[in-house]
Amino acid sequence: MAYDKFNILTSSAVPLPIENVDTDQIIPARFLKATERKGFGDNLFRDWRYNNDGSEKKDFVLNNPIYSGRILVGGKNFGSGSSREHAAWAVYDYGFRCVVSSFFADIFRNNCLNIGVLPVQVSADFLDDVFRAIEKDPNTQFEVNLPNQTITIKSTGAQESFDINAYKKANLLNGFDDIDYLLNITDQITEFASDRPL
Amino acid sequence: MTAKKTLFDKVWDSHVVQHIENGPDVLFIDRHMVHEVTSPVAFLGIKNRGIKVMYPEKTFATADHNTPTINQHLPVEDPLSANQLKMLEENANEFGISYWGLGHEKNGIVHVVGPEYGITQPGATIVCGDSHTSTHGAFGAIAFGIGTSEVEMVLATQCIMQTKPKSMRINVEGQLNFGVTPKDVALYIISQLSTSGATGYFVEYAGQVFRDMSMEGRMTVCNLSIEMGARGGMIAPDEKTFDYVKGREFTPTGEAWEKAMAYWKTLPTDEGATFDKEITFNASDIEPMITYGTNPGMGIGISSGIPKADSLEGGVATYQKSLQYMNFNEGDSMMGKKIDFVFLGSCTNGRIEDFRLFTSLVKGRKKADNVTAWLVPGSHKVEKAIKDEGLLDILNEAGFELREPGCSACLAMNDDKVPAGKYAVSTSNRNFEGRQGPGARTLLASPLVAAAAAVTGKVTDPRELMEMQTA
Repeated sequence: MAYDKFNILTSSAVPLPIENVDTDQIIPARFLKATERKGFGDNLFRDWRYNNDGSEKKDFVLNNPIYSGRILVGGKNFGSGSSREHAAWAVYDYGFRCVVSSFFADIFRNNCLNIGVLPVQVSADFLDDVFRAIEKDPNTQFEVNLPNQTITIKSTGAQESFDINAYKKANLLNGFDDIDYLLNITDQITEFASDRPL
Repeated sequence: MTAKKTLFDKVWDSHVVQHIENGPDVLFIDRHMVHEVTSPVAFLGIKNRGIKVMYPEKTFATADHNTPTINQHLPVEDPLSANQLKMLEENANEFGISYWGLGHEKNGIVHVVGPEYGITQPGATIVCGDSHTSTHGAFGAIAFGIGTSEVEMVLATQCIMQTKPKSMRINVEGQLNFGVTPKDVALYIISQLSTSGATGYFVEYAGQVFRDMSMEGRMTVCNLSIEMGARGGMIAPDEKTFDYVKGREFTPTGEAWEKAMAYWKTLPTDEGATFDKEITFNASDIEPMITYGTNPGMGIGISSGIPKADSLEGGVATYQKSLQYMNFNEGDSMMGKKIDFVFLGSCTNGRIEDFRLFTSLVKGRKKADNVTAWLVPGSHKVEKAIKDEGLLDILNEAGFELREPGCSACLAMNDDKVPAGKYAVSTSNRNFEGRQGPGARTLLASPLVAAAAAVTGKVTDPRELMEMQTA
């Protein structure tokens, strides 16, 4: 499904300085029963965010009104675990368009790119700087510049560049998805398939 | 002279429809498995685009993630789950896809039934909207989990776009110690590499341990590749592989079989081919494993203690948060810790060999009173074998019952949930917070360690009980 274009995002960020945040934390399996892509943001980080009786856990960052923004910052190895795209949907549906970490799990990263959420992988040192800047001032603004492939901490001017392949970058800038591309080469696929034994 | 190639390179390169400069490869997919949870939005996507499934005969659907494991002959009570199952059936019918739904004789966990019916074959590319698709790599296939957008791509075009991962070879040399199973080998490797140690790589497992291992054991190891971050893992096909595949429903026959065999024999990694990374372990260093924390990398030999935070690299705060969730302390011994539940099953350890191992240890003993045990076969075929081989009688005699096939408590989407604060020794694949139910605490282990816990009610070294049996 096509998504909004991504170009330059300037926003404050929500810090989650925990490592190995897995997809079962991002969206627990019991919330995967929907047959449409709707409402997953309500259950983002469900069991860290709410008590069993449905009341908010006051110490969890999403429940702290001083933190807001369209950028989520997580610790190393963010998104490990299952292939559920629902995790990326939950991140998107909650309102995030960008996740920053020093390391991403592969499938989660792909899922994000396929739905228009930009995963920005930075060095461990830069990630520390990001967490420190938010700790100092929760309203710290960050600029995520996809055309230049840079992320900047506006208050300090500290900047780092990030990698993304040229194909995916063009897709995000234009709001295209992979199926649009594949549907344009079905003749080539059909020809390829005619030789396959399976 | 042609370039030396790895098993992975050979299979990958033969499936590239198109290479995009500075971008991914368009990869052709031979086999696509779908289940009820990650497919509805993908089917909706192709309906919205007004297109058909390009090659419905290459897609196979089964219901497993969100199904009850008792009373499968009755209507599913939970309306959301029932709706998801109904959607899969309707989608399969509408698009002409084989569907093995609840109650069908071929129903079972997607990664158990694929190999059982010969859908899984050497040299194939296999995907499914499930990260444990890596299981099928045991046959020398490239198999990996994908997201729902990619499920839609495969339905629509039989292709996905993937950047070719780096290659890693993990060798385990020597012979396994007494009481050490394929699950222990995998948990050991993950404990050494961490849950992100193989991220960005596709792994080939090599060495004597994997050559000696049964096909089901290889499936267990490849299944857990994702838990070290790898996209997938694979093992070179050999005579054992061919023997396993031969004669199954979707396996080629006659001339096609001969042709396939000739091709499959060319697949093993060429001597002298290089990997981006290569690691070697000694089988003699591995003992029965158990996890103590909230990711599969937090595993130790069952007789050693929980590591101290300062002995580990990196995130002390994350480590302590994990132990706090488990209510364990640094330095604790795992042995003797009281447990409440035992789960035998899942795509990791829900096959007949797993049930044979479990049964061999509980035979002549009784289930501990404080333990609730869920024994869930991976498929109806496994269930039938448990009965035909007489294992069920032994299990019943020891106080255990058998449930019906499905993913069950591995991800606890159905009613098989471990209550908050309770401890479960599980043969499944993930011990994440809340994985087996909100607040549940999971200790991952082999079927033997699970059996020892089931009859003693606490974490017990299975070798002690096995020695008593053989003495």
